[in-house]
Amino acid sequence: MSYIQVRNLWQTYGDQVVLENLRVDIAEGEFCALVGASGCGKSTFLRMLLGQEAPSRGRILLDGKPLATEPDASRGIVFQRYSVLPHLSVLDNVALGLELPRAPVLGRLFGRAKADAREQAAALLKRVGLGHALDKYPSQLSGGMQQRLAIAQALIMKPRMLLLDEPFGALDPGIRKDMHALLLELWQETRLTVLMVTHDLSEGFTLGTRLLVFDKVRHDPHEPGAYGARITYDIPLNLDRHATREAVAALPEHVTGALKNA
Amino acid sequence: MRLINRRPGRSWRISLVILPFALLLIAYLAGSAARLADNPQDKLLPSAVQMAEAVDRMALSEDPRSGRYLFWDDTASSLKRLGMGLLISAALGLCLGVLSGTLPMFGASLSPLLTVVSMIPPLAILPVLFIVFGLDELSKVMLIVIGITPVIARDIEQRAREIPVELLIKAQTLGANTWTLILRVVLPQLLPRLLIALQLSLGSAWLFLIAAEAIASTDGLGYRIFLVRRYLAMDVILPYVAWITLLAWLMDFGLKRLTRAAFPWYEGGRA
Repeated sequence: MSYIQVRNLWQTYGDQVVLENLRVDIAEGEFCALVGASGCGKSTFLRMLLGQEAPSRGRILLDGKPLATEPDASRGIVFQRYSVLPHLSVLDNVALGLELPRAPVLGRLFGRAKADAREQAAALLKRVGLGHALDKYPSQLSGGMQQRLAIAQALIMKPRMLLLDEPFGALDPGIRKDMHALLLELWQETRLTVLMVTHDLSEGFTLGTRLLVFDKVRHDPHEPGAYGARITYDIPLNLDRHATREAVAALPEHVTGALKNA
Repeated sequence: MRLINRRPGRSWRISLVILPFALLLIAYLAGSAARLADNPQDKLLPSAVQMAEAVDRMALSEDPRSGRYLFWDDTASSLKRLGMGLLISAALGLCLGVLSGTLPMFGASLSPLLTVVSMIPPLAILPVLFIVFGLDELSKVMLIVIGITPVIARDIEQRAREIPVELLIKAQTLGANTWTLILRVVLPQLLPRLLIALQLSLGSAWLFLIAAEAIASTDGLGYRIFLVRRYLAMDVILPYVAWITLLAWLMDFGLKRLTRAAFPWYEGGRA
């Protein structure tokens, strides 16, 4: 049974059909790139996976169980904008993810626990290249740095699924390349299932192990909203990368542990 | 160069700031001198010397009947009422605004209620306040609270709705429940806005304070002004008005400074 199962999924807003009859299975650890024209429901699909929207019809199953209908700590998200909290420093933005689940009343930790959380957060921030900016506010960071921060913030929760909604859409090409490298490294280290919406087809081809193309099959020129999009192409990509990762995963624990610490 | 592209330099700016004040002052002094030359008993436009004498009488010497310094007593009781009114309004407005702006279940009933309540002219229900809360301090503070709480609450509600939904979702993926989401994400982002809302409602707060004091009080800046009006004592009224203006300006300035010092992320964080 695959990790994510989508069955007969429809999403309609009033008369407008956005997605029709989606059926797809996604295995754990897959890096899916979702591409398609604007307004064809990629982001809608992502919002449904996040639990931000409920489908009009059909089901999404995680490990065979219906998906929770509100966002929670098991699914991380990085949006194109507004992903980081402007009133917290870089360090606190990440440490927040360690504080909130453990402090349901005050929302913050104190003393030793707080120091631990900040230490973990700082280590992860160093990993994504923000070690020098721990005390800055997000507004003092460049666009690329903010997205690095958003990714670190999502990863500190150790989610099983990471959802990316055009995370690099607003970045310069050079910066985007750095971010691709970072994201691939993190994906290889963590065995995350990643679903990424992108406008950039080449980005999808570079990063994904699978490319899902959303498109409308049927058109009614008199009523553009009558038919929704489906997944028209489902292309496996970068098989070697997948194989490499599985081979690494198959290595015994003491070897991989030693490699990670190195 | 077109006018729209011209900006005053530093020294120019300072002169331009002073200019209208200086003009007003000169116009006043000239008018006062002309009237007093005509009729030394004239009370409408007292000279600077007359006002200085009045200030000396009110602020720097004991009142012969009560043995108190009336000016400072008035200032203290007015500021106490104003401060309490502002504090209660800020707390109440923040709570109502946050509840109504972030939780749709509460907003559904609170939001229309706040809209309607904010339309009630507070001065029109001042008699009701006197009947319900009596003629002492409470009714004056309540007038300020009733006058500015709905304004603050509606402003905070609006700002709470403007927080990008992405941030609220992100916080939930970071493990926040409704309470911690409000505590750690919504409230801190609204606090600077609360200070700005307070700053903007300072004018109304003073208006309600003076009105309440004018109608039913035995001390306070507003009370004094309306008391000495009977004797056409412009030499007292004008310094009092100037003093109120100065106090209000200082509060405004202080709140602005506080916003900048306490929330360094706020100005740039709107990007």
